[in-house]
Amino acid sequence: MKKKMNGFLLAGLAITGLLTAAILLGTVWTPYDPAAMSGSEKYLAPCLQHPFGTDNFGRDILSRVMKGAGTTFFIAVLTVLIGAVFGTAAGALTGYFGGIVDDVLMRLNDALTAFPSILLALVVISLMGPGKTYNVVLALGLVFIPSFARVTRTAFASARDVNYIKSARLMGASSGRILLVHILPNTMNVLLPSITIGFNNAVLAEASMSYLGVGATPTDASLGYMLSEAQGMFGRAPWYALCTGAVIVLLVFGVGLIGEGLQRREGGVG
Amino acid sequence: MKYALKRILQFMLTMVIVSFLAFLAFDLISGDAATALLGTEATEEALAALREEMGLTRPLPVRYGEWLLGFFTGNLGVSYIYHQSVSELIAPKIAVTLLLSFVSFLLIVLISIPLGLSAAKRSGGILEASSSAFNQLCMAVPPFFTGMLLSYVFGIMLKWFMPGNFPDLHTDFGGAMKHIFFAAIAIAIPRIAMTVRMLKSTIQSEMRKDYVRTAISRGNDRSAVLRVHVLKNSLVPVISFLAQTMAEIVAGGIVVEQVFSIPGLGRMLVSSISNRDYPVVQAIIVILALWVVLSGTLADLVNQRIDPRLRLGGDR
Repeated sequence: MKKKMNGFLLAGLAITGLLTAAILLGTVWTPYDPAAMSGSEKYLAPCLQHPFGTDNFGRDILSRVMKGAGTTFFIAVLTVLIGAVFGTAAGALTGYFGGIVDDVLMRLNDALTAFPSILLALVVISLMGPGKTYNVVLALGLVFIPSFARVTRTAFASARDVNYIKSARLMGASSGRILLVHILPNTMNVLLPSITIGFNNAVLAEASMSYLGVGATPTDASLGYMLSEAQGMFGRAPWYALCTGAVIVLLVFGVGLIGEGLQRREGGVG
Repeated sequence: MKYALKRILQFMLTMVIVSFLAFLAFDLISGDAATALLGTEATEEALAALREEMGLTRPLPVRYGEWLLGFFTGNLGVSYIYHQSVSELIAPKIAVTLLLSFVSFLLIVLISIPLGLSAAKRSGGILEASSSAFNQLCMAVPPFFTGMLLSYVFGIMLKWFMPGNFPDLHTDFGGAMKHIFFAAIAIAIPRIAMTVRMLKSTIQSEMRKDYVRTAISRGNDRSAVLRVHVLKNSLVPVISFLAQTMAEIVAGGIVVEQVFSIPGLGRMLVSSISNRDYPVVQAIIVILALWVVLSGTLADLVNQRIDPRLRLGGDR
């Protein structure tokens, strides 16, 4: 019954792999300078020279999307990293040791996870000052900690009384070793799907916030900011919005498929 | 009854904590409200007089208490930007946002429940796989992107409504509803996909339980078992999920109101954050939080009516 690969995983990895390759390429090379304006090439429809067309300043949209997707991608990766590392640490400690700290933190966690991430992130952003890229990373990262903590806490708490952990304890293994070497690898089956979900939420939240103009600074234009620009010229250059939006959708869709594939591999169908 | 009372007390406590955090956080960063109102060129005497008048010289707990009371009396301070009372500013926007949330919620429930039920009956096969993939695709579409497409196609091309020209709710309710309807579709699409997925996995895991096998082995019809037994037992997690959906609708609304230029709380919140108009931000955050926490509380109360085990403090 246990299959190593399935269609979802394969398709997801293919889409995500291609996009990641394009994004990485975009950090060193883009077809045109994404900031280069050209008075004679305004509002060009997609063609061979400009596969995604050009915008109101004659800038090549494909180059801009490659750069912008990079911004969105790296913000999302950093965000998930912050959320996963601190969330897992909190979940591991509270889940494994339990006690009053566990109770208090989990109640706080319940309250926090009840709120939509973008609302919390907006609160944090407005406290730290809008329009700075690293503030977005911090705000989203902070917001993502509780959900990771919740998922890992359950896994660590249920591992606490399992026999192989008990025997490791009897053999004199330190708590740190038990947590890192013995339990952590066994939480991967819940951690990996949460990372894919977290990544997607981060992409969508980042895109929403920069669309609203409180996210990344316009100089490192992310996909959301580009969409808010594109909305204003939808009538003249619909390809701008469509191509930018399609890249967001594909990015989230690819990782979503990976998550679906991972879950199916773990728990049969469903 | 005891459970309900406990839950309501818990709700009030959560709201007190949330509102206190909102008050404290913005009190700390906003610095001096008097300077924010009068500008940096104001004389020291004028500032001191205004501080005295606004009661800023009094201790924090007193000011918090007064502000909290303001949600009932309508005195929530003065906007730094509009120089108008916050409650006057946001009161007309509440109805718009509530209406948008309500329509979105209705769409989600009406569309996702039948879809989820039919999805639960499928298992395995190419049809199931492709519908799951399609589901993932719908989840990947950000509401503001759908909103942009909808407002272009139905607004600019078909002229069913005028994007950016939201009519007054009282004089032209039908016109306002057109804006709200399309905005609600944009919010609902990814949420419908998530609800369908959730329904499918809940029902399917319920179907694998012993009592279902027993019921079927005794000769009952599969779909009758689904209707009579499984649905009832799947209700509790579904209601909890729908409460969470309400929270997501609030979040989606913040962005989608911007796309459709719908003058609701979300749009006001975003512009107030950019303008650093903290009294307005504070008030809107507490109102949105109230809405979210209230739907969670209601879901719990409904659930303990449905499932008596929850009344004994048991956890599912």
